[in-house]
Amino acid sequence: METRTLNKKPQNHQKIDKRPDKRFKVIDITMKRNHYRQDALIEILHKTQEAFGYLEPDILEYVAHALKLPLSRVYGVATFYHLFSLKPSGEHTCIVCLGTACYVKGSDRILATLQQELGIQSGETTSDNQISLLSARCLGACGIAPAVVFDGEVTGKQTPENALKTIKIWQEEE
Amino acid sequence: MDLEELLEIKETTQAKHQKKRKRVRCCTAAGCLSSGAKAVIDNLNTEVKHQNLTEEIEVTSVGCLRLCSQGPLIEIDPDDTLYQQVKPEQVVAIIDSLNGQQNRENLPQKTDLTHPFFAYQQPIVLENSGKIDPESIDDYISKGGYQQLRHVLLEMTPNDVTQEVTKSGLRGRGGGGYPTGVKWATVAKMPGQQKYVICNADEGDPGAFMDRAVLESDPHRVLEGMAIAAYAVGANHSYIYIRAEYPLAIKRLEKAIQQAKRYGLMGSQIFESPFDFKIDIRVGAGAFVCGEETALIASVEGKRGTPRPRPPYPAESGLWGDPTLINNVETYANIVPIIREGGDWYASIGTENSKGTKVFALTGNVENNGLIEVPMGTSIRKIVEEIGGGVPNQGTVKAVQTGGPSGGCIPAHLLDTPVEYDSLQKLGTIMGSGGMIVMDQDTSMVEIARFYMDFCQEESCGKCVPCRAGTVQLYDLLTKLIERKANQQDLDKLEALCQMVKDTSLCGLGMTAPNPVLSTLQYFREEYITLLQST
Ligand SMILES: Cc1cc2nc3c(=O)[nH]c(=O)nc-3n(C[C@H](O)[C@H](O)[C@H](O)COP(=O)(O)O)c2cc1C
Ligand code: SF4
Ligand code: FES
Ligand code: FES
Repeated sequence: METRTLNKKPQNHQKIDKRPDKRFKVIDITMKRNHYRQDALIEILHKTQEAFGYLEPDILEYVAHALKLPLSRVYGVATFYHLFSLKPSGEHTCIVCLGTACYVKGSDRILATLQQELGIQSGETTSDNQISLLSARCLGACGIAPAVVFDGEVTGKQTPENALKTIKIWQEEE
Repeated sequence: MDLEELLEIKETTQAKHQKKRKRVRCCTAAGCLSSGAKAVIDNLNTEVKHQNLTEEIEVTSVGCLRLCSQGPLIEIDPDDTLYQQVKPEQVVAIIDSLNGQQNRENLPQKTDLTHPFFAYQQPIVLENSGKIDPESIDDYISKGGYQQLRHVLLEMTPNDVTQEVTKSGLRGRGGGGYPTGVKWATVAKMPGQQKYVICNADEGDPGAFMDRAVLESDPHRVLEGMAIAAYAVGANHSYIYIRAEYPLAIKRLEKAIQQAKRYGLMGSQIFESPFDFKIDIRVGAGAFVCGEETALIASVEGKRGTPRPRPPYPAESGLWGDPTLINNVETYANIVPIIREGGDWYASIGTENSKGTKVFALTGNVENNGLIEVPMGTSIRKIVEEIGGGVPNQGTVKAVQTGGPSGGCIPAHLLDTPVEYDSLQKLGTIMGSGGMIVMDQDTSMVEIARFYMDFCQEESCGKCVPCRAGTVQLYDLLTKLIERKANQQDLDKLEALCQMVKDTSLCGLGMTAPNPVLSTLQYFREEYITLLQST
């Protein structure tokens, strides 16, 4: 858990020009709907991530400012929860379930196969920004274990070969 | 809304269903959706329209029909036919068969409904699951929904309600098994105007999906249970804390809340009583520790989900420092039948110290994967071998894991143990929330132990040292064993460290993290010994 905490201050590369960006509107509306309540921070971060794909440092600053929260608190929350990401993810995402039911049915082999094929570890994105490989701890679809999520779609009874096929299709799309 | 209106909806909805000659119920809970149920139900709808059968055949989207591994599943009334692994292209043959034209080779496989998998189930929590459309409040009302809330508000005192729940002997289904009635009474006794009710729908245990299934199949049941709880303890504001990994459950809950509001079953002066009630949804963001009640409260407040020492318990000082009742989804789902049939009725099911039924997610190396609800006291052998149909391909059961990362493994020679809070605890595991994972002869128990330790080290919130550092050390020692680099001293160290982490961690996560190691050491010690450095 600790390793996930940011140990360096985010660098302020290009400031984002906020006004014309529609995605900021989404955040504004969400904050407004929650009456700028500080306890709605997690909801707001969810929406923000939905709109931007990840939590960009500038946006966190924007949210902190709007909710009148210290930036450290916003960072603290953004880094605590696994589903929040401070890094952009690739075009496609593939999430292998490593929950117990999937594990005993061989999902570790699926992950190993994909790691080898893509040359990345779980949690990383290929250098061409095409595919992000992730793992999850139970999607609640254990009845059809092992489960893999390809671009948001949960699929069951996967095998290493099967999963590889889908990845290959993504790679060929390019 | 008053009783007459409620009964009228009940009757018209029942009549509407009865008018149809056939009713096709298609499971659209998460498991079957992932197996392609959407295309099946779409085809069913199109085909029925196409053949001008809308007056005769009703297609309904329902919740989990239990045998999730064989999805998509559809069940047909009044034929008592359950089809499994239905393909969209088989829909025409199904409709034909409903019209008396047999087109056998194109029909999907029929499931044997007399199989122990179905025959031994006793649905109480799941009584509506697979029977009603979870997105229709009218369907819920047609099964008597919201009548118990009315009964409670108009004919019972809060104290009566709590006493009925106490009498039922219901114990919390979230893992700990704390008596629900006692918890309600504690919150009810607390002074103060502002109190909260929280539904714990975080369901973090990997391999468990009971709560998800309940929420996706019968969300109003949980809402009604929460409203009754709120009345009993004197709260009128509540939260459902649900994990973000369950988008369909969230959607169905949101819809259910809106419908209840529209019917005046939520909001102010429900059933023209002085009782006001509202529910807000809070979506988690992927942190197992947030299932722990104090961490959950912090997360509802929009903070990092780190536990704090108890006491004070949430019952005294919970959300925003006010008295708070926290129960699990399945616990709330048990309330309506308890009120309807009485606490004594509920207490007559199950065993001396574990009353009622329990829903299990039966998965792993077992023939029938899915959701089962059985009376407490059912033996694990009956669950795994009869209901579950044993290990596929003539394999043998090596162990059954219960209780997730806080639990342990039950070895094959103890399968006759009944499912009860106390009997499982005696074996060094726990009932937990209801994940039951069957492991076959090829499973390495040391690797399973390491698997859980990996989970715990990753999910540790890092607040206290024994858990933060201890789980990492335990993981490393187990890795050393698996890589055959460990000696006897390492094994001794492993055991001592397990005890230390257990005794000195702040919250349940750390306190129970060593359990999978301890339990496999107890029953499968020889596997650890074999791994000791031999060269
Ligand atoms: C690390 C940890 C994780 C937990 N996760 C859950 C969970 O996912 N769902 C749940 O209902 N209870 C969970 N619990 C138990 C809750 O803290 C709490 O006891 C429970 O929600 C109370 O409800 P009940 O009395 O109805 O069981 C967890 C406890 C710990 C220590
Ligand atoms: S035991 Fe672990 S999870 Fe619980 S408070 Fe301590 S570090 Fe956090
Ligand atoms: S363990 Fe993979 S979906 Fe539950
Ligand atoms: S999800 Fe369809 S049967 Fe369980």
